[in-house]
Amino acid sequence: MFYRESGVFKTSYAADMALMPLPNTRWAVAALGVLFIVIAPLACDEYTLSVLNLILIAVVGAIGLNILVGYTDQVSIGHGAFMSVGAYTAAHLITQLHAPFWIAVPAGGLMAALIGALVGIPSLRIKGLYLAIATLAAQLIIEWTINHVSWVSGGTQASIQVGPPSVFGTELTSAWQMYLFLMFFVILAIVGTQNLIRSRIGRAFIAIRDQDIAAEIIGINIFRYKLWAFAISSFYAGVTGVLYTYYLGIANYEQFQLDVSISFLAMVIIGGLGSTLGPIFGAIFVTLLPIVTRRVLESVGGLFFAASDLSAVIPSLRLAIFGGLIIFFLVMEPEGLNRLWRNVRNYFRTWPFSY
Amino acid sequence: MQNLTKGTLALAGCVAAGLWLAGGAAAQQKEILIGSQCDRTGPTQLVGTVFCPGVQDYVNLINSQGGVDGYKVRINELDNNYQVPPAIEEYERHKQEGAVSMLIWGTPQAEALNPRLEKDHIPGTSPGFGAAAAANGAKYPYLFPLAATYWSQGADAISFIKGKLGDSLKGKKIAYLYYDNPAGLEPMPILKELQTNEGFELRTFAVPPPGVEMSAQVLDIAQRYRPDFVIAHLFGRSPSVAIKGLKQAGYPLSKVLGLVWASSEADIAAAGGWAVAQGYHTMQFVGVGTDYPVLQQIKAMYQKEGKPPPQGMQTSVYYNRGIQDAAVHIEALRNALKLTGGKPPTGEDMKKGFEMIKDFTLGGLLPPLEVTPTDHEGGGWVQIFQVQGDKLVKETEWFHAYRDMVLKAVNAAS
Repeated sequence: MFYRESGVFKTSYAADMALMPLPNTRWAVAALGVLFIVIAPLACDEYTLSVLNLILIAVVGAIGLNILVGYTDQVSIGHGAFMSVGAYTAAHLITQLHAPFWIAVPAGGLMAALIGALVGIPSLRIKGLYLAIATLAAQLIIEWTINHVSWVSGGTQASIQVGPPSVFGTELTSAWQMYLFLMFFVILAIVGTQNLIRSRIGRAFIAIRDQDIAAEIIGINIFRYKLWAFAISSFYAGVTGVLYTYYLGIANYEQFQLDVSISFLAMVIIGGLGSTLGPIFGAIFVTLLPIVTRRVLESVGGLFFAASDLSAVIPSLRLAIFGGLIIFFLVMEPEGLNRLWRNVRNYFRTWPFSY
Repeated sequence: MQNLTKGTLALAGCVAAGLWLAGGAAAQQKEILIGSQCDRTGPTQLVGTVFCPGVQDYVNLINSQGGVDGYKVRINELDNNYQVPPAIEEYERHKQEGAVSMLIWGTPQAEALNPRLEKDHIPGTSPGFGAAAAANGAKYPYLFPLAATYWSQGADAISFIKGKLGDSLKGKKIAYLYYDNPAGLEPMPILKELQTNEGFELRTFAVPPPGVEMSAQVLDIAQRYRPDFVIAHLFGRSPSVAIKGLKQAGYPLSKVLGLVWASSEADIAAAGGWAVAQGYHTMQFVGVGTDYPVLQQIKAMYQKEGKPPPQGMQTSVYYNRGIQDAAVHIEALRNALKLTGGKPPTGEDMKKGFEMIKDFTLGGLLPPLEVTPTDHEGGGWVQIFQVQGDKLVKETEWFHAYRDMVLKAVNAAS
């Protein structure tokens, strides 16, 4: 936010270690909380809320992937598959054991974490593009398994229907109830990640990212922490899968194919690696941009194209503009939207006395 | 100067008021919105770029004839790029704009939207897509496949082959070449059951996605297994690869039957043209060719506007399927307006309208559909066409086979 840190004196260790050391930050977070938790569900119509819900789900997944890609500098293009692991685990628990959401969500996450840690084992030997290919294999293996093993997929259609989650006996069916339900997990994800990276584990991740040999020399068990990174990141992916399942009312692995893994990577990279705000920006950008582009094209497209051609032109043009804007933003600021935001913030911090 | 500003402001105000009034006048015209998800991009664009104009053209034709009982029909076409989250966004948008029914695009999308259709009481059609079990109107009250599902297609295929092989399949060998995804696997239970009933031998050959490499499977079929007939259930680019591969391996294409997504002119062109594909059988759930009155009317409509007929008409398989998908919505609307006595129908009325569809064939383009509250498939009708010369020639009239068995499977799946 647009304020300075001067004049804040910390007098205890607790104050020094606080998640939000500045009073201004606390006020800003409280204001954002009121805006998104109280005002947004009251003020937004159902359509807007449904778009917000899609963004919220994407935020959880993007924050999780960022732990792996941004903080530990490992790469995974298998996160779509980890989501499907979470989705099917939860779907089976919900349909067969009538598990409530507070069991289904963590269970889906834990199963995904287990599979993710297994898939992470090659990361001990290989890095970068090679690791990417190894995780791609995981994506394909998981897809194949779900498609062919009927006790996993629940039949040849590979889709399992689940009902809406119920909280304190109320079934969450309307858009605003779902919004608050998803928001709860988004807040958990944000706070969890913020705390994780300040912890022993988080510092180990960052040490591995910055220089893994040096990290090993100072006594960090690389084997353990790389697998932790995969497991935690996959846990988030699994939770994302469960949230998708609840939101859509169905688990279907065709929703979690390779393009999903790629688009989550895109969110993390466009948003900015190695920050919590970055993936949030990225998730908003990637989810919202196609929608906004289409709205803009629908309103101004008539000036350039015949009305009868418009429905043929918009879909293709939308993809071209989407791709073009991603290139534009990455060229303008290779470190992502989060860096762009920080630049703006830094400018206003000294405004109007910047020199 | 100040006067000038005032004048400008006044003028702007007038223009704005005029625009607002014009907008109000336009809104007063009676209009019904039908939401359409139709993919001209993404993995199914080969189908969509031909299919979607078919939808639009049919609706334009209806509107040029005065609409339905005085109501203009508006199709709001949105492209979901074959992804589920955009499909949700588009569904919510159509719902907000007041759509009374929806055209759904894609199998995972149909599955994901079904709970919403049920909750909001809006009927959706998914011809040629997704879960065969959706044929059961009791379990999927608001989803209408309205075209032969993969189960019906499997049963119809076996019946056609039985006719070709001398009315008995005992001891005959049938190869099932399929795209290895849920849609490709779907006909399997029906084929397995028919295998025991009819006493033929069935071997399956999976083609892993994206399905452009299948030389091993094709050689296996043509040179080792040597079946009496091949059923090809493939999508996207893969049908053309199969046609070309089987031809090169020396397997007669007159013993190959492609199910509905392996059956377009585009597949034949991509396989190397009509000369390569001679004899290939294709299964269709909507008529093929342009010899139908409705297509002539669309041509006339374009001529009146001084434009050439749409290019998509040439690849008539998908274009005609687009016409079908639009036409069932219009027919349902017509039925719904009968129920409401001319008042704008709700989604619930439209559902009843769909369930009243009967004897609506558009001059033979559509099969003799008979939709009921329990049968949302309308009978599972198909026609078989064969590549002869440079066109698809009709081999059979509309037929359906092993209907009891298919319906039993549909009910058992619920």
